[in-house]
Amino acid sequence: VSRRPVQITVNGLAHEREVEPRLLLSDFLRHELGLTGTHVGCEHGVCGCCTVRVDGQAVRSCLIFAVQTDGAEIETIEGLAPAGGELHPIQEAFRECHGLQCGFCTPGFVMAASAYLEEEQRADLTDEEVREAISGNLCRCTGYQNIVEAVKHAARSMYGGS
Amino acid sequence: MYDFNYKKASSIDEAVAAVTGVEEGKFMSGGMTLIPTLKQRLAKPSDVVDLGGIDELSGITVSGGTVSIGAMTRHAEVHYSADVKGAIPALAKLAGLIGDPMVRNRGTIGGSIAHADPAAELPAVLAVLGGKVTARSVRGERDIPASDLFTFHFTTSLEPDELLTEVWFPSVPATGGSAFIEVSRRHGDYALAGAACVVENGSCRLAFTGVGPTPVLVASDDPDAAAAAVSPADDIHATADYRRQLVRVLTTRAAAKARERAGVAT
Repeated sequence: VSRRPVQITVNGLAHEREVEPRLLLSDFLRHELGLTGTHVGCEHGVCGCCTVRVDGQAVRSCLIFAVQTDGAEIETIEGLAPAGGELHPIQEAFRECHGLQCGFCTPGFVMAASAYLEEEQRADLTDEEVREAISGNLCRCTGYQNIVEAVKHAARSMYGGS
Repeated sequence: MYDFNYKKASSIDEAVAAVTGVEEGKFMSGGMTLIPTLKQRLAKPSDVVDLGGIDELSGITVSGGTVSIGAMTRHAEVHYSADVKGAIPALAKLAGLIGDPMVRNRGTIGGSIAHADPAAELPAVLAVLGGKVTARSVRGERDIPASDLFTFHFTTSLEPDELLTEVWFPSVPATGGSAFIEVSRRHGDYALAGAACVVENGSCRLAFTGVGPTPVLVASDDPDAAAAAVSPADDIHATADYRRQLVRVLTTRAAAKARERAGVAT
């Protein structure tokens, strides 16, 4: 089995490793780097739990090989909150709106929402828009109402002015 | 997943050379279908050639009545492109119906067409517009019209060592209109049936997806003629009869939408 050198920046820190080409990015994050905040649910591109951002875009880390992200900048749930124990506004909104129950799907929802909110940069999101934005994420507790509320709440706190 | 040799190509020439002389070469664009297929051990390529580093394969050009889109252009780019929306609204619309945001950020137009899933949206639009693709191998380059491209379920007339490099869609004239409508059980699922429709120069034609091994072309907007032309299958999601009825309904709706965009009274 041949390994290839990769250089991948995760949450601002550059990592150099030698990996098998078939190693998934999700497994690279969890097993090589110990970043277990990225959850692996279905492992075949349906549930969205493993969503991370690659060069800013939300992607499923279980449907991309680590070697494909050589040279890329990855953001995971661990990199979202600022240093000092505060929550990111999206995390705060999920807490405020009770946007999680068991919490397994939450990192995926939060990362999908962060890419979407940064792209839209608006406070006045409709339910329909939010539902489309999170349509690639499943919550098996079925707590979607509060997740939609949380994303709208985050949009208001991030882009709603004072 | 079985092990494979991995090569990241930086040009089209490098990519086609990389699958030549190997046991079983496979091009990887977005990987949204290939990676799940590898995980389930349904494919065992000896060599996977990653197209992700080939800049010349991405981009959208509108000129001379044609929209040409590089094979590695992501669905999200097609969906948000103002040029595509202006030239072929149905194409921009359907690119936003594929999968979900994360899939559209990775999945590519060339990958979807080369995969030729009988339930996919893009082959139907390519077929109804009478488009073509360009393919390259170490032997040279050739164009393949949509009518010759899709041969069966998941099967195209591309040779195993040929790389689909570009997809060409004739623009819908300003006096014409296009529409794409599909019905699926859940948001983001493959459609039970879908219809692409073009109205131009007073004529109306449709192509259907999900109701036959390849896109089904029908040169009229008669719902019964469309229902007779398709060959849907029974599966867990819907019966063949239900799909055939959907084809009737979609024919009427898609034709009305395309006529509305063409400014023709219905």
